[in-house]
Amino acid sequence: MADTDVRLRPRKKGLTRSQKRRLSRGVQYAVFVAAVIAVAVTADWGRLQNQFAQPDIARQMFPDVLTLALKNTVLYTVSGFVLGVALGLVVALMRLSSVGPYRWVASVYIEVFRGLPALLIFVFIAVAVPLAFPGTEIPGGTYGKAALGLGLIGAAYMAETFRAGIQAVPKGQMEAARSLGFSPARAMVSIIIPQAFRIILPPLTNEFIMLFKDSSLVLLLGVTLEERELSKFGRDLASTTANSTPILVAGLCYLLVTIPLGFVVRRMEAKAQEAVK
Amino acid sequence: MSTPGTPGTPAATGTAEIQVRDLHKSFGDNQVLKGIDLEIRQGEVVCVIGPSGSGKSTLLRCVNLLEEPTRGQVFVGGTEVTDPDVDIDAVRRRIGMVFQQFNLFPHLSVTENLTLPQRRVLRRDKATAARIAAENLARVGLSEKADAYPSSLSGGQQQRVAIARSLAMGPEVMLFDEPTSALDPELVGDVLAVMRMLADEGMTMMVVTHEMTFAREVADRVVFMDGGVIVEEGAPARVIGDPQHERTRHFLSRLLDPAMAEVEEETSDQVGGTER
Repeated sequence: MADTDVRLRPRKKGLTRSQKRRLSRGVQYAVFVAAVIAVAVTADWGRLQNQFAQPDIARQMFPDVLTLALKNTVLYTVSGFVLGVALGLVVALMRLSSVGPYRWVASVYIEVFRGLPALLIFVFIAVAVPLAFPGTEIPGGTYGKAALGLGLIGAAYMAETFRAGIQAVPKGQMEAARSLGFSPARAMVSIIIPQAFRIILPPLTNEFIMLFKDSSLVLLLGVTLEERELSKFGRDLASTTANSTPILVAGLCYLLVTIPLGFVVRRMEAKAQEAVK
Repeated sequence: MSTPGTPGTPAATGTAEIQVRDLHKSFGDNQVLKGIDLEIRQGEVVCVIGPSGSGKSTLLRCVNLLEEPTRGQVFVGGTEVTDPDVDIDAVRRRIGMVFQQFNLFPHLSVTENLTLPQRRVLRRDKATAARIAAENLARVGLSEKADAYPSSLSGGQQQRVAIARSLAMGPEVMLFDEPTSALDPELVGDVLAVMRMLADEGMTMMVVTHEMTFAREVADRVVFMDGGVIVEEGAPARVIGDPQHERTRHFLSRLLDPAMAEVEEETSDQVGGTER
């Protein structure tokens, strides 16, 4: 009660609410700018440039960094993502099944592959699979193994995303489809999943970017020169030139993909929103 | 649009289209239906009325097995829906269902809402599905909305599209689950007009509704439910105009004239008071 009275009464002294807000924001900006200046001034730019930004070394990376390394990174990621979407969808449907054993298997799968570091999964594929199945080769060589590793990891995350998306579609949609004579599977495929996809587009992008970065672990599979992706390519060159410029260039190549991708997805989201609105 | 005063027309001839026998349904400990027996003949329009929680929607949803009955049998067009070995998808193709919340598919245009089920379920070719879709959109008076998306339509328009979507499947029976309850009052009329047209064309209809005027003018028979049982049924003029049971009278008086119901309650309170 007393509180309200104070607020309603005209102030005799001190700052108004909006003045206070402006002041506190001003302080925040000042602290931020001061921090940036402090880092910029104290850093040894000369040495940093020497180690990370040698134009000659950067130049000698082209065109291989794009035509070989980036191409392989994209190839590993896309194949892993496609496998992950397919497997993730199956796991999500199992997770939502009314059949107990399906649910249990799906839960165990998700917990294991979401809980293990990606690095260990790649080591496992590189070492354990050949031991367990001597003589059998994973089709596609390194590309197949990479897709498998990234797909297994991606599926665990995407299964949870799909499940959430499917559950977010109103119950009436399934009822309407079923009463029109759709079988449960057909209703899922034609009616529910297309709507779920729209809902989960943003988290699905995140998972793509996660796989994009995890593709650097492909080096654990033991790759040939032609199979190198960005991180391995950059590190190899960094060691032969005894300079870190290749690592910076490789890093920029990752951003070259992820930043436009984020932009495209925001556009797609806005369009999907418009259609539904 | 319709010929006035059609109740009780002998449109209802021939065999039973829907048969419900000793139907029970419980959700956990909650007994919603406690033994329903009902028969709807071909071409008959039956309105199911009753207070909320009386089980009328559950009864309707048991007819196409959206709810699985706990006990009892349901037949539609001679097929036992409740037979565990029945091909329920095949039976549902013959039963149209209209929901309170329309449930149009929001990711598809109006035309696609009508064509996709025909293509996927009935395996009609593209041209046939498109033609039938256009015919049925015209029937509900929404040809100009063919390319629109559901979200750009009013509730009344959405519900008419939903009716057209069901009709495009060529159903023998139409089930309506409170089709106008989610609509703004000024939009109710258009939907009821479409339903009236269907009734006049001889469609077998089971309608759960609170629209007493519609029930009185269009229904061949009115069924009043309360507490999971059918309290009384008969011609609308009798059930709505001259109810025999106290529960029906009470329900109708509250529905038709809330002010009067209040007076009634007040008087009974006073009577109670004097007795004490």
